[in-house]
Amino acid sequence: MSNWLTIAMPKGRIFEEAADLLREAGYALPPEFDESRKLIIEVEAEKLRFILAKPMDVPTYVEHGVADLGIAGKDVMLEEERDVYELLDLRISGCYLAVAGLPNTKMNEVAPKIATKYPNVAAAYFREQGEQVEIIKLNGSIELAPIIGLADRIVDIVSTGRTLVENGLVEYERIVDITSRLIVNPVSYRIKDEPITQLVDRLSKVVTKAGMM
Amino acid sequence: MTRLFMFEKPLGMRDTLPELYEKKHQIRTLMEEKIKLWGYQFLETPTLEYFETVGSASAILDQQLFKLLDQQGHTLVLRPDMTAPIARVAASRMLKEDLPLRIAYAANVFRAQQREGGRPAEFEQIGVEFLNDPTVSSDAEVIALMIDSLKSTGLESFQLSIGHIGFVQDLFLQILGTEDRANTLRKFLYEKNYVGYREHVRSLALSSIDKQRLLDFLDLRGGEDIIEKAFAIVENEEGREALQELKELWNIISDYGEQGRVKFDLTLVSHMSYYTGVLFEAYAGDVGFPIGNGGRYGRLLEKFGRPASATGFAVRLDRLLEALGGNGSKEPVTCIFFSQERRQEAFKMAQELRAKGIRAALQDINGVKNVDTFSSKFEDAAYLLGKAGKEQSNE
Repeated sequence: MSNWLTIAMPKGRIFEEAADLLREAGYALPPEFDESRKLIIEVEAEKLRFILAKPMDVPTYVEHGVADLGIAGKDVMLEEERDVYELLDLRISGCYLAVAGLPNTKMNEVAPKIATKYPNVAAAYFREQGEQVEIIKLNGSIELAPIIGLADRIVDIVSTGRTLVENGLVEYERIVDITSRLIVNPVSYRIKDEPITQLVDRLSKVVTKAGMM
Repeated sequence: MTRLFMFEKPLGMRDTLPELYEKKHQIRTLMEEKIKLWGYQFLETPTLEYFETVGSASAILDQQLFKLLDQQGHTLVLRPDMTAPIARVAASRMLKEDLPLRIAYAANVFRAQQREGGRPAEFEQIGVEFLNDPTVSSDAEVIALMIDSLKSTGLESFQLSIGHIGFVQDLFLQILGTEDRANTLRKFLYEKNYVGYREHVRSLALSSIDKQRLLDFLDLRGGEDIIEKAFAIVENEEGREALQELKELWNIISDYGEQGRVKFDLTLVSHMSYYTGVLFEAYAGDVGFPIGNGGRYGRLLEKFGRPASATGFAVRLDRLLEALGGNGSKEPVTCIFFSQERRQEAFKMAQELRAKGIRAALQDINGVKNVDTFSSKFEDAAYLLGKAGKEQSNE
């Protein structure tokens, strides 16, 4: 297996765009790729092995070296701070991290509470703003928190803003723009440098072409 | 704090059970013997050091240090690496005559871990320090010795990447002009964030040629030919000197016959902040983290009062074992069961076996509840039971 490349792919939202990108770069992925419930898919002809992981876990697999490469959102990279190379901005799944809350409200002065899936990013952001906040970690449906009074603000991914509007929330600050990145394990980057460089080149051609349109 | 169960160990601490112990011992011995053959002398330093001296000189982050207080109220640290303690002992005692010094060690070091498993907080390092010799020959010797000692363990598939931190610093400083701006860019490199690096370079107020130089820098990875490409990027004397050093290093490593094991990677930077020149990392297939690293540190010894340049490497034994694969090894042991009547005979038999280098355990038959299960754990068993003269042996 040593000349194979193992790629950790994020299940869900990013998956399709990432698979399309690989196909556009000339990698022949089987059609069942998109519907399969398997967690490991091998593409013999390309000597590629894909593992399907929770987006938040992709950098973990890559850091530990069980996957050579991975596709991970910048949001996850900021939150997890894993020791991996971030080689390429794939410019897919664009969105941004934002602070949101109920309209016309102020944060509690004594103990402002922030609900988020990204405790590290949220804590770092408010610290840089000179504010000490209390972070409440949630795993989903973050928009609930300000509505039912769990938190003053939320820090979450915004792509169209529709979820916010539908729940009567407004965006207060934009923290950082997010796209998906190609990440690489530091040892694989050196030991398997040829196939990896090739993959990076092929992907980067597709990405630059798309960027010029 | 939750109540601890009796079987629990502090986070990141591991037991070494007999089979792994044997394997570790074998590998350590192979490496030690090889290192001794190159004329290095082993030493030991204390597990505890002062935070103010060794703790602060070490390149390990403060939050990774295990700290405790002694009875006088001084802060102590469990040594997080061996380079700083050796710099201390060398600077204060061993370098009085101002001669080159070859030191080696095999010791456990301690680094507190906050994240999940897979990262021991205590692990053994085997390494060398070649002190007080500033030549490229000494850099090459340390690299060749690292390769030779790894080979002695039977490790076949491994490779070294060599960089030069002086080259990176000179290049950035020369193009960017100030230490501050160079640091900002170096941070992207250190965080391995090439996307951020490229964006940052594009956002700088630089000529397009200088921008291209900084972008091309990321591709400086490969064989000997990389050095020529790097010459095209640098413009100042210090940068050229660094490259000249690498060129010479390549020639010496080739004379050692080890050029097939090394590649250049000028983008290599290290969390070990004391490196000042050539630095390197060793990788083995199927292990996701480097198995060892090393480099030249020009300023560490002066912190301990004796300015001198030095170079060295350290191999992590836990990762090396992972790279070697296989299970722990089990040495054959013979068990001699005896009853009181034939005790003396049994002792004599054990002595004879041990004299031949065969491991022999003596077991009073009355001490074992299930003789069949117990004897199956040994490669060989002898039974000296009942009246003298009737030795029974299976296999």
